[in-house]
Amino acid sequence: MPRITSPVELEKVRQEIVASKERNKPCVSICVGAGCLASGANEVMAAFKSEIEKQGLKTEVNTKGTGCPGFCERGPIVVVYPEEICYLQVKAEDVPEIVSQTLKGKKVVERLVYVDPATGEKATKESDIPFYKNQIRSIIGENIKIDPKNIEDYLAVGGYSALAKALSGMTPEQVVEEVKTSKIRGRGGAGFPTGMKWEFARKAPGDTKYVVVNADEGDPGAFMDRAVLEGNPHSVLEGLTIGAYAIGAHEGYIYVRQEYPLAIENVTLAIKQSEEYGFLGKNILGSGFDFTVKVARGAGAFVCGEETSLLASLEGRAGEPKARPPFPATKGLWGKPTNINNVETWANVPLIISKGAAAFSAVGTEGSKGTKIFSLVGKVKNTGLVEVPMGITLRDIVFKVGGGIPGEKKFKAVQTGGPSGGCIPEEHMDMKVDFDELPRAGAIMGSGGMIVMDEDTCMVDVARYFVDFLSDESCGKCVPCREGIRQMNKILSDITKGKGKEGDIEILEELSEATTNASLCALGKTAANPVLSTIRYFRDEYEAHIKGKKCPAYSCKELVAYYIDPKKCQACMTCAKQCPADAIVGGKNQIHVIDQAKCTKCGTCFEVCPTKFRAVTKISGEPVPAPIPEEARTIVRERKQK
Amino acid sequence: MSEIRLQIDGKEVAAKEGMTILQAAETVGISIPTLCNYEKLEPYGACRICTVEAESRGRTNLVAACLYPVEPDLVVRTRSEKIDKIRKTLLQLMMAHAPDSPQLQELATEYGANADRFEKEGAFCILCGLCVRYCAEVKKKNALAFVDRGTKREISFIPEIASKECWNCKECFPLCPTSYAQAAYFLTEALAFPRTSASEE
Repeated sequence: MPRITSPVELEKVRQEIVASKERNKPCVSICVGAGCLASGANEVMAAFKSEIEKQGLKTEVNTKGTGCPGFCERGPIVVVYPEEICYLQVKAEDVPEIVSQTLKGKKVVERLVYVDPATGEKATKESDIPFYKNQIRSIIGENIKIDPKNIEDYLAVGGYSALAKALSGMTPEQVVEEVKTSKIRGRGGAGFPTGMKWEFARKAPGDTKYVVVNADEGDPGAFMDRAVLEGNPHSVLEGLTIGAYAIGAHEGYIYVRQEYPLAIENVTLAIKQSEEYGFLGKNILGSGFDFTVKVARGAGAFVCGEETSLLASLEGRAGEPKARPPFPATKGLWGKPTNINNVETWANVPLIISKGAAAFSAVGTEGSKGTKIFSLVGKVKNTGLVEVPMGITLRDIVFKVGGGIPGEKKFKAVQTGGPSGGCIPEEHMDMKVDFDELPRAGAIMGSGGMIVMDEDTCMVDVARYFVDFLSDESCGKCVPCREGIRQMNKILSDITKGKGKEGDIEILEELSEATTNASLCALGKTAANPVLSTIRYFRDEYEAHIKGKKCPAYSCKELVAYYIDPKKCQACMTCAKQCPADAIVGGKNQIHVIDQAKCTKCGTCFEVCPTKFRAVTKISGEPVPAPIPEEARTIVRERKQK
Repeated sequence: MSEIRLQIDGKEVAAKEGMTILQAAETVGISIPTLCNYEKLEPYGACRICTVEAESRGRTNLVAACLYPVEPDLVVRTRSEKIDKIRKTLLQLMMAHAPDSPQLQELATEYGANADRFEKEGAFCILCGLCVRYCAEVKKKNALAFVDRGTKREISFIPEIASKECWNCKECFPLCPTSYAQAAYFLTEALAFPRTSASEE
């Protein structure tokens, strides 16, 4: 492919690509994002290839591996075009049927389409599935149409036209102005206005400037950036190149964590293809603008998502933060003005430039514009990636998009913003989700992690989990963060073990204050949020642990005992046979008793006790009843069943 | 270098551009406590004992005086209820490691910190990094370094370098506020390059 040297030529190439794709030729799109790969997408892909050949359709049907469309709960996901039939949880053994029924017979394989658990209605098309219906997917919507390893797919959906528009028809200042007018705020966590950040870097004195993509996504349970970088790497590259032009940078870096091998592979290939087509390198699209991009891999430190630590790591030093000011916009990578944005922010840029700031800011709330991708995980029916307009309520995300809580359990809280975020309880579920509202409730938008919790989740243990995570992931440089987290972790761990003392909540609050106010970087400044928000909304749970030695969620191992109700036990031996600790005494017709001294509280007996008996119960905060005397354990059955 | 006028604890101060709040305060005799600061080294900002309130354009932030550059019309307060409380908590956190450090004890008296507020920790080091930074920045030997991160972070002598460089230097010892650097050195020596009778001089 010779380099494309002008916007006109780009349009010509695009039309050729579109024309070469036979419009109505059937195509099988299989999500090969990390989630679907883990549930067997590669096998499904191989099965399609061989089955299509076997059934003699090789020349008539295309197959394509695509990026993640978000419904990870039901992966591997297969979409058959042109009808757009969406099959969920497809296994290799389903493939012959899909090929013969759908591709040959033009019939839908009913058992593989989505069934609404509430109404029993089937949804054949992706857009009819309630999970998707309540989303606005301007960023990840293209994923299922694009083979991330093929630049032509991106060009076919209009890729790089925003870059052409910026380079040929806008001055760098106009690009900055357009981004400012769009009012987009950074998707990485802090929500700083992107346009202002660009302007600082543009106006900073110096000839050498850098742009950086922060793809060091590290929040537990979050994978928005992975899906974008894996599924549509060119959208990030296009945004980055536009940003570089606006700021006056000629070199860019994509800092992506080593744990994302597929994202690294796809973005590295995308850079290569981009260079071949002339969207990177010298004199891009004949504009005279030069720009190159390199991929740098992070070594797994969570703190490197913090921009000054990221830059230190990029320079080859230990990933430790530096005090700001000076900000990277004036003194960043190797002391030069540097603009760092998150993957999702960069991916929004082409949209803003091609559709215009007004169209972009038509979606969202006063202070937060556009859409936001969340990774919805935890105790929710539809886990996966969701892209929703800013201002949607938490309730709509969890119940409409997420489908609610599985297993008839009660909703308890939703944790947003990762280890820097907070837990929001039922009473605030009608709150609008945006950069300004979430902090009012003690949480943050963060980069988009959203963990749903049900009644079985202990909120003290949630706080302990995040603080424990940070005790490993803090860089350890400054005292309030390192030592504050160390002490908070100790106290929280004691509370969950039943060793909590009067006054612990107050010490936690005192430590939170010092950590929040005195830490060097944002990791420390926000580290106390999970603690403070759980104390704020679930103080009674803390008190139950401390005063009553009771875990109200029956989740903290040390505070829970398992007990077999002698009135309910039918001596079926199920639990006794499966107990890994041999802690259950009992035999045929002998009511089972748990030897508390031997019990490891693994919960197996609780899970395996037949639901018709429900004899195993959890006890917390009160003594375990004494075992019934041995002579009373024999069950005398009135009538022997069958 | 242009002059920058700011206010520290109600005093008008004329500072040079590029100075930190800590340096500017010193010029007018206002003392701000520090633990990880040393004039021969680059400011580090780890102990946070020098935290002060800095008011700029109507916003008040808590910043580290050793790092924050002076700016025109900045209003700095080096003592307040909030600052004192932070310093007290920080001292108590550090005293879980080094309750007998004279420097910490002196500050503890000033800020009413209780050395026994938190359960004692095994390591005496408060990770001020004076030893590591002195060896790297002044001596340019890098005979000791930080290892690991988070709550597992510690200082460690690197035997290959320490065995050659440290025996006639030891300049980091008096910098250490807790005597941990000495202890770490002699432990490394005993384990990795024990003194033989021939090397005793």
